[in-house]
Amino acid sequence: MTDPEILRYTRESGDFSRMLESIPYARFIGLACDQFGDDLIFRLPQKEVNLGNPILPAIHGGVIGGFMEMSAAIYLMMSQDTVRMPRIVDFSLDYLRAGLNRETYAECRLTRQGNRVANVMVTAWQKSRSQPIATARAHFLMED
Amino acid sequence: MNDQIRRDRVTRFIDTLNQARELGLSVTEAGKGCLTLCMPYSDRIIGNPETGVIHGGAITTLMDTTSGSVILCALDDFELCPTLDLRVDYMRPAEPNKPVYARAETYKVTRNIIFTRCEAFQEGGETIANCVGTFMRIGKDATPKHYRDLITGAGE
Repeated sequence: MTDPEILRYTRESGDFSRMLESIPYARFIGLACDQFGDDLIFRLPQKEVNLGNPILPAIHGGVIGGFMEMSAAIYLMMSQDTVRMPRIVDFSLDYLRAGLNRETYAECRLTRQGNRVANVMVTAWQKSRSQPIATARAHFLMED
Repeated sequence: MNDQIRRDRVTRFIDTLNQARELGLSVTEAGKGCLTLCMPYSDRIIGNPETGVIHGGAITTLMDTTSGSVILCALDDFELCPTLDLRVDYMRPAEPNKPVYARAETYKVTRNIIFTRCEAFQEGGETIANCVGTFMRIGKDATPKHYRDLITGAGE
């Protein structure tokens, strides 16, 4: 997914801008990432083109899925000791609340890292972490 | 309701979704309880710059949109049904520079829940991804009448 050189730079500097700039889909939805100590918080800024339901209005469920999916992949890349690229196998997404037209956040947890497969949990929220708008679970195949 | 009405309703519906417009989604085929949408290839949705393969997130949006819109092809009255969950299995990366299609069907419609199946594929190619989804029926009155009329074309 990402140039090993850029991955190395991101790990050393904690600056995700170069990595995210290099992935067109991340730019397309506006994904951002901030590092706090060892923790990563992913951010999806408010963006009109990301909307689905025009009545609420609400962020398109697919964009929330894409945001969480890419967050999980980046999180996983960053958590490896070596340069290994995750390839998504499956993705299971529960929508808990409408994602309103405002900034959205996500955090990830590595539930299980095997030799070849990793299981990642993702939680997304807006107003309060205690009121998630969606949770997701993904399996990735790790490639050297 | 005939297939032309189904096609028109879905076209009007996805035209109100900013993200679907941004991705350039269009209706390929509509029938009773089944629907195929097309997503053109674009440099802007690439997930891997080295290979030009589009990101799974765009496929997820295509499949979510198709699964949500196939409901318009299954019910006579327009009801906006929020997605409860989606499960996507990725079979293979989509080939660059070619559109991706998603074909969805409602395989069970109950009073409260609609169950959908969806397959993403490319012309002459194998399956890119499979998806199953569940949608909640909140009743047509949960959606404002002016929006329902816009989709069904009742205002015309």
